[in-house]
Amino acid sequence: MSAAFVRFDDVSLAYDGTGNAIEDINLSIREGEFVAFVGPSGCGKSTFMKLCTGLHAPTQGSVSVDGAPVTGPLKISGMAFQNANLLPWRTTLDNVLLPLEIVEPYRRQFRKRREEFVGWARSLLKTVGLAEHENKYPWQLSGGMQQRASICRALIHQPRLLMLDEPFGALDAFTREELWCVLRDLWEAQRFTVVLVTHDLREAAFLADTVYVMSRRPGRVIERRSIELPRPRALETTYEKPFIDLVQELRAQIGEVRST
Amino acid sequence: MTVNSKLIERLAPWIAVVVLVMIWEVTVRLFNVPSFIFPGALETAQALITYAGPIGQHSWQTFWTTLIGFGLGVAVGLVLGFIIGSSRFLYNACYPLLVGFNAIPKVAFVPILVVWFGIGSVPAILTAFLICFFPIVVNVATGLATLEPEMEDVLRVLGARRMDVLLKVGLPRSLPYFFASLKIAITLAFVGTVVSETVASNQGIGYLMMSAGSQMRMGLVFAGLLVISAMAMVMYELFAQLEKRMTAWAHRS
Ligand SMILES: Nc1ncnc2c1ncn2[C@@H]1O[C@H](COP(=O)(O)OP(=O)(O)OP(=O)(O)O)[C@@H](O)[C@H]1O
Ligand SMILES: [Mg+2]
Repeated sequence: MSAAFVRFDDVSLAYDGTGNAIEDINLSIREGEFVAFVGPSGCGKSTFMKLCTGLHAPTQGSVSVDGAPVTGPLKISGMAFQNANLLPWRTTLDNVLLPLEIVEPYRRQFRKRREEFVGWARSLLKTVGLAEHENKYPWQLSGGMQQRASICRALIHQPRLLMLDEPFGALDAFTREELWCVLRDLWEAQRFTVVLVTHDLREAAFLADTVYVMSRRPGRVIERRSIELPRPRALETTYEKPFIDLVQELRAQIGEVRST
Repeated sequence: MTVNSKLIERLAPWIAVVVLVMIWEVTVRLFNVPSFIFPGALETAQALITYAGPIGQHSWQTFWTTLIGFGLGVAVGLVLGFIIGSSRFLYNACYPLLVGFNAIPKVAFVPILVVWFGIGSVPAILTAFLICFFPIVVNVATGLATLEPEMEDVLRVLGARRMDVLLKVGLPRSLPYFFASLKIAITLAFVGTVVSETVASNQGIGYLMMSAGSQMRMGLVFAGLLVISAMAMVMYELFAQLEKRMTAWAHRS
């Protein structure tokens, strides 16, 4: 097993006087690993992401990424949320380009290398199936298309760490499964490290190498589960017995969490 | 058929105006209202033509004082709105103050302005300014202050500074609010100018109406009223069109 890329040592975070939101987190994520976090609402999954990306500092313990302690926002990460949050006055293409206007070193080179950057954005949009929609505005896109664009935006600066906070939560079942495959293919091709927060156990089991189950607030990791299904995984596997059994087991575990 | 109905739809407002003018004229004649109380449409039109020269001069005065006051209002409103909206602390601190200020009837400032600046264009400009900058400040500040926290996270993780977030997201987002407030501000600016002119000037439509009224030349008063309404409506429409042009994206989602 290679060295840890993301490392949490005894991490706790209290936002205010109401006690820890997240507590005693110890874990390590390999570079290129796909991990999923599941757990009841309010257990601190989004908080975990903020700690991981340096948007929030822990009150106890330490977080390190790529061998160095995290002290501020981590530029090597890209984020996408349940709400696509595209800017309505920008075309899809310009929305995807936005991070390059902000993050160094691209920011400085933006004018000079614009053509090249547009090329990156186009090829990303193509891989998620939005090639023909680059000049449309977000309000001309369906929810699923907006979410694809949002993932492209998270990936445009070639982050090594992709943070997805319930990215498919607002989509219908078919679109969601379509996007699982889009994400799977992107990951297979580029092998960035992914942290995916989700409420959907099938989603976690289908996509992730490792699933972490968190307890109710204060959130602790109560279960770490490796998903040994062979890669690349086809969507059909999700309808086969081993997969269904796996999801059942996970569900049973979460059921225990909820009843305790 | 459809072309016809569309044409009728576009003509409808003008038809309404014509009908209103006719009702006006007929009512005045029917009830024999004396013209020094309420002149008919025809008489008003006559006054408009007879006094075209002075009316033109005074309207021009009102027009440019309003525009200067409005311009000041836009400039100050934008800057102040940007400053207040860019910090949560300032927003919370200043908002009640602004609301309180807005509750003061601006006409009450006119006597003060006269003491400070004398009779003339300056009080008119300043009244227009005072009355019209408020909606601009509030709209710009509110547009800036309401940012989705997630959008902020997406940018902040990339190392965006507060100013980046404001310029890339906050400002464009507040533009529809800004342009919407311009429409309101320009009409308010006319109100400010005319009110100030009626009490503290010897120029402008407000003054013209006041002095004509005191001489019972009601035709001229109504002519002034028509001109000022026309100016305000044209400017309103201008800014409404500008709003549509500049912020098309905000009207389609
Ligand atoms: N900025 C904040 N200030 C104070 N408390 C917060 C803040 N953000 C989150 N919390 C609290 O921390 C706890 C964990 O919140 P978090 O958003 O991480 O949960 P979550 O697991 O992402 O929930 P969900 O599944 O509903 O998104 C919650 O109890 C929440 O009320
Ligand atoms: Mg959350």
